[in-house]
Amino acid sequence: MKPKLEVYIGSLKLKNPVMVASGTFGYGREYADYVEPSRLGAIVTKTITKNRREGNRPPRICETTGGMLNAIGLQNDGLEDFIQEKLPACRDLGTKLIVSVGGETSSEYGEVIEALNTHPEVAAYELNISCPNIEYKDKIISQDEELTHKVVRDVRQKTDRPLIVKLSPNVSDITRIARAVQDAGADAVSLVNTFLGMAVDVETRRPVLGNITGGLSGPAIKPMALRMVWQVYNRISLPIVGMGGIMNARDAIEFLIAGATAVAIGTANFVDPRTSSDVVEGIATYLSQHHYKDVKELIGSLNVS
Amino acid sequence: MKVQITSNVFLRDKYLLMEFCVPAGFAKPEPGQFLHVRIEDSFDPLLRRPLSIHDVAWQARSRSGQKRHILKILYEVVGKGTALLAEKRPLAQIDVLGPLGRGFDLKKINRSRCVYIVAGGMGVAPLFFLAKTIREGQKGKGPKIVVLIGGRNKDHIIREKEFKDLGCEVHVATEDGSKGVKGRVTELLKTLLPAPGAAGSPDDPQGPPVICACGPKAMLSVVAGFAQQKGLAAQVSLEEFMGCGLGACLGCVIRTVSGYRRICQDGPVFDASEVIWTE
Repeated sequence: MKPKLEVYIGSLKLKNPVMVASGTFGYGREYADYVEPSRLGAIVTKTITKNRREGNRPPRICETTGGMLNAIGLQNDGLEDFIQEKLPACRDLGTKLIVSVGGETSSEYGEVIEALNTHPEVAAYELNISCPNIEYKDKIISQDEELTHKVVRDVRQKTDRPLIVKLSPNVSDITRIARAVQDAGADAVSLVNTFLGMAVDVETRRPVLGNITGGLSGPAIKPMALRMVWQVYNRISLPIVGMGGIMNARDAIEFLIAGATAVAIGTANFVDPRTSSDVVEGIATYLSQHHYKDVKELIGSLNVS
Repeated sequence: MKVQITSNVFLRDKYLLMEFCVPAGFAKPEPGQFLHVRIEDSFDPLLRRPLSIHDVAWQARSRSGQKRHILKILYEVVGKGTALLAEKRPLAQIDVLGPLGRGFDLKKINRSRCVYIVAGGMGVAPLFFLAKTIREGQKGKGPKIVVLIGGRNKDHIIREKEFKDLGCEVHVATEDGSKGVKGRVTELLKTLLPAPGAAGSPDDPQGPPVICACGPKAMLSVVAGFAQQKGLAAQVSLEEFMGCGLGACLGCVIRTVSGYRRICQDGPVFDASEVIWTE
């Protein structure tokens, strides 16, 4: 018998626990030659903002040992373009579409979400309050417990759809932020966004990235991301979407065992565009081999005795 | 897609030519397109490397008679990734995505009577495939091809003979004068462009020449400025660090008159007049 892969993120039902992380998969169609979107649990879009954002000056990415830095700067053509140009193509994806929403103020987040509420293609929202490459009064929203609580509470008023809040790892205690998100009424948390980092060209003594600093992702951050998922799992009751350096099914399974209800594949999509569907298959194979009937048996099953 | 390397040889210090077979189902590449190459199965190096398609050849498979492409990549060892690529021996496999991106606009090129192909250093990589395609596509009726190759010194001038064998007029410039004309390839371009009224000159009634260039960004910017000054169309092939290579991550962008555009998807070949070179 095939093991069950269905999971729930709040009221959002996913056919399997594998999603693709915001910013790594475009708007769902860019990988059509490599991944059938209907194989995935959900697709999270590139973050959209109310107004068009030009993004940061290049170079925007650079490879580091076991990882990569990026400073894209939330380049996107804005809400109106998303609704007109991108959303219609998402109608028949065959999977759940989660729209990542960015902004600088509560009202900006709220406006985007209100405009999207009438569009049936959208299944849920992921609030990106953790992008390291834009500045909100010199800091990332999710670095501030009170501000996080306020933004999430305000946005909560605007929608009944599942609300996932994406957290930054660039904090001293991520469980406090996660708690604030839960108290403010969100349905789930996703963690982690990228770790702040930088690289220097020693020949020119210039930063490699046009933005000077960027966000580190890839295999290098996996142990830290996993630790944070485990900590948050032990502190709050909301479902967790775990991510950070997941390159294959075994990495994904580590996150599930540590307490993630679902996982997201990010940087690995660049390394092998088929990773996300391979991970779905790999999790199913693992469950069969270990005689699990349901992926839920795995979630949070870390044995610390 | 995993492909098998058939040959990987040093042409000269640091410069290599790699050949590998792709199955018949592989999309036919256009000049200027690239492959996104995963060098190792491990995660070090992590990201793929975008490499221009240098040449394409057909070969009949001995048993079934089915045709398949031989693709060639010309590359320079510049870092960890290309150093590992240089160590690959025949029968080893690499993983390639592609052909990707938007190549040169052949229609525009074939409408002109003369095309100036300007290569700076490794810029020859995509331009050889371009010259060959122009030469083969028009049954001898295509535009005249003038190739300009520039480099620091004579050791940095590669594929000169191959361009000559195609029937191109080839000129060389080196910064130290160890081969060809002393100076930059962009200076050479200025001296080579025919006087007003002559065939291939900007005011040739049969149509102005077209410039196709690939090389360091500083060189391309000079070519673009020169083309604009002379009222000529120029197509330039750009390079940048890349993430996905599929247009999703917005990691490899160039500032253009219509905002930041993706080199992997909207390029790598752009009309020089669209690019904002000052950034």
